Amino acid sequence: MLGGINLATLIASLMVAAVPILMAATGELVAEKAGVLNLGVEGMMIIGAVCGLVAAVHSGSPALGFLAAAAAGAALSLVFALLTQVFLANQVATGLALTLFGLGLSSLIGQGYVGVKPPPTGRLEIPGLSDMPVLGPILFHHDVWVYLSIAMVAVVAAVLRRTRAGLILRAVGENHDAAHALGYKVTRVRLLAILFGGAMAGLGGAYVSLVRVPQWTDGITAGAGWIALAIVVFASWKPWRVLIGAYLFGGISVLQLNLQAAGARIPVEYLAMSPYVVTILVLVLISAERGGRGGNAPAALGRNFHAAR
Amino acid sequence: MKRRTLLAGAALGLGLGLSLGSAAFALDKVKACFIYVGPIGDGGWSFQHDQGRLALEKELGDKVETVYQESVPEGADSERVMTQMALSGCNIVFATSFGYMDAVNNVAKKFPKVMFEHATGYKRDSPNVSTYDARFYEGRAVMGTIGGLMTKSNKIGYIGSFPIPEVIQGINSSYLAAKKVNPEVTMSVVWAYTWFDPAKEADAAKALIEQGVDVILQHTDSTAPLAEAAKTPGVIGFGQASDMAEYKPSPRVSAIIDNWGPYYIKRVGELLDGTYAQGATWAGIGDGEVKIGEITEAVPPEVKAKAEEVRDAIAAGTLHPFTGPINKQDGTPWLADGETPDDATLAGMNFYVEGIEGVIPQ
Repeated sequence: MLGGINLATLIASLMVAAVPILMAATGELVAEKAGVLNLGVEGMMIIGAVCGLVAAVHSGSPALGFLAAAAAGAALSLVFALLTQVFLANQVATGLALTLFGLGLSSLIGQGYVGVKPPPTGRLEIPGLSDMPVLGPILFHHDVWVYLSIAMVAVVAAVLRRTRAGLILRAVGENHDAAHALGYKVTRVRLLAILFGGAMAGLGGAYVSLVRVPQWTDGITAGAGWIALAIVVFASWKPWRVLIGAYLFGGISVLQLNLQAAGARIPVEYLAMSPYVVTILVLVLISAERGGRGGNAPAALGRNFHAAR
Repeated sequence: MKRRTLLAGAALGLGLGLSLGSAAFALDKVKACFIYVGPIGDGGWSFQHDQGRLALEKELGDKVETVYQESVPEGADSERVMTQMALSGCNIVFATSFGYMDAVNNVAKKFPKVMFEHATGYKRDSPNVSTYDARFYEGRAVMGTIGGLMTKSNKIGYIGSFPIPEVIQGINSSYLAAKKVNPEVTMSVVWAYTWFDPAKEADAAKALIEQGVDVILQHTDSTAPLAEAAKTPGVIGFGQASDMAEYKPSPRVSAIIDNWGPYYIKRVGELLDGTYAQGATWAGIGDGEVKIGEITEAVPPEVKAKAEEVRDAIAAGTLHPFTGPINKQDGTPWLADGETPDDATLAGMNFYVEGIEGVIPQ
């Protein structure tokens, strides 16, 4: 117990609160590792949120909803890929445009779905394990997406670190000219990384509209995409640190509501801004520690590649 | 058309002599415009205002033309929208959110011939601004009674939107009613700082449930807190502003329904026959503006009977949700034994009553 707050339930609910940003940040990490800075995460998330809801409502199946969300997120990221990888448009500007476009398009698609109830996503109840004291509610009382999001971090970490595909992806992100000279298809690798990032962002968005809230309203992701981007930097492009960052952020945002509910005598305004203050603080600390060089960012991050050069 | 209304107005003026306030001309047809803070599909506040608009259309047929704009943020945007509405020939504008207050009064000053009706506000700077409100706190007393009798953890949670008198009335009223039937009850308040943000509302409900709350009252407009309550067996909530019937029979065990239709029909009707005048109404259960939604079978019969008794007593005027002795949170006396507050005091309520924990954000 911490000031009237049950720590076990707090951890359990921060794991749930962190899923959307964790998914989106994992996807963005892969894209950035390949040297692509896609600032359109928020747009891809919200498109995933609305398409996931629409698909789930019509099919009656949340799983199909998530599938549609991943497809929609990837489809939107394809626009980004086309503009930046084929037409060599500026990545920052294109990413921002993608976010704005996604917000508008989602609002249009979601017109008839405001307040509609999607089919429920069940929790995974494991007999015996779920009833354990303390560990039960923390570890074994979630829906399948909480576990999948952690599993995705593990998979991404393993692929990036231990496989040939991961090595190529990192090479493309560090020095695309060298990778090209070695015969790797820089544009193709980046395209796949962008698509992966889009699909993950779409899944994260669908988690908001199908599990966490669960319903549709304009702007439902409420800036989660930007937080995901910050977490990638916070994690200095390391998968397991993304997990820590997402849980830290999710934890603080859950804690501030719990403190209010528990009647803590702290002004609400401080609690409400605390997650963002901590994010800024951590970012400052990290860049100070590394002499302001921005950590171990991929060297070719945000730079366009043209083979004929 | 224009000349006819002019003549009619002149005739009216002659007939009645000088009329008070913003006496309007009789009109053949009224264009009534509505501005909503949320989407009409929110299933709550804005939805209910739109139901009122539809009732108006149905009642008055081709004598009325309605226009609405949804999801208009409070502030500069709303001023722009209302200016546009006034310019496009609206005779009467219904501004349906507290935060439109200054915008309504600014725009009304510029268009003295257009009537403005502001829901839940209290500022009437020009003669063409009227305000209308519902005594939601009367409904809250019924919800508080059900909550106080139904809670097993003796913890009631309240999701507040903004710390304004209307919301504080609701918190105090439901707490007092719950306390009356269950002296053990405590109240936790979470401020969401929004009228409509399903994600935030769901998080707030979740936090309350984690604190052991098993009865949730909300003063925000979406169905998200009910959706969150539905995930935990044994937690109940109430429809807010609208019936929210899709969460029946539980977690939604009853609802406070805002019934705006009759007021809209009355006001536009007055505009049509020329009897319209500036006003400030505050109607409650007795007038039918606040309705109590069906109490479902999830509520035990004796609790239901008690709640209906409270409802009927309030409607009959024999019970006031704020009847002394009541102290303020800091222990200073507010109402003496048997005393009830006047409307002005209620409308400016900015304190918790004794027994509620926490501070109201300033």
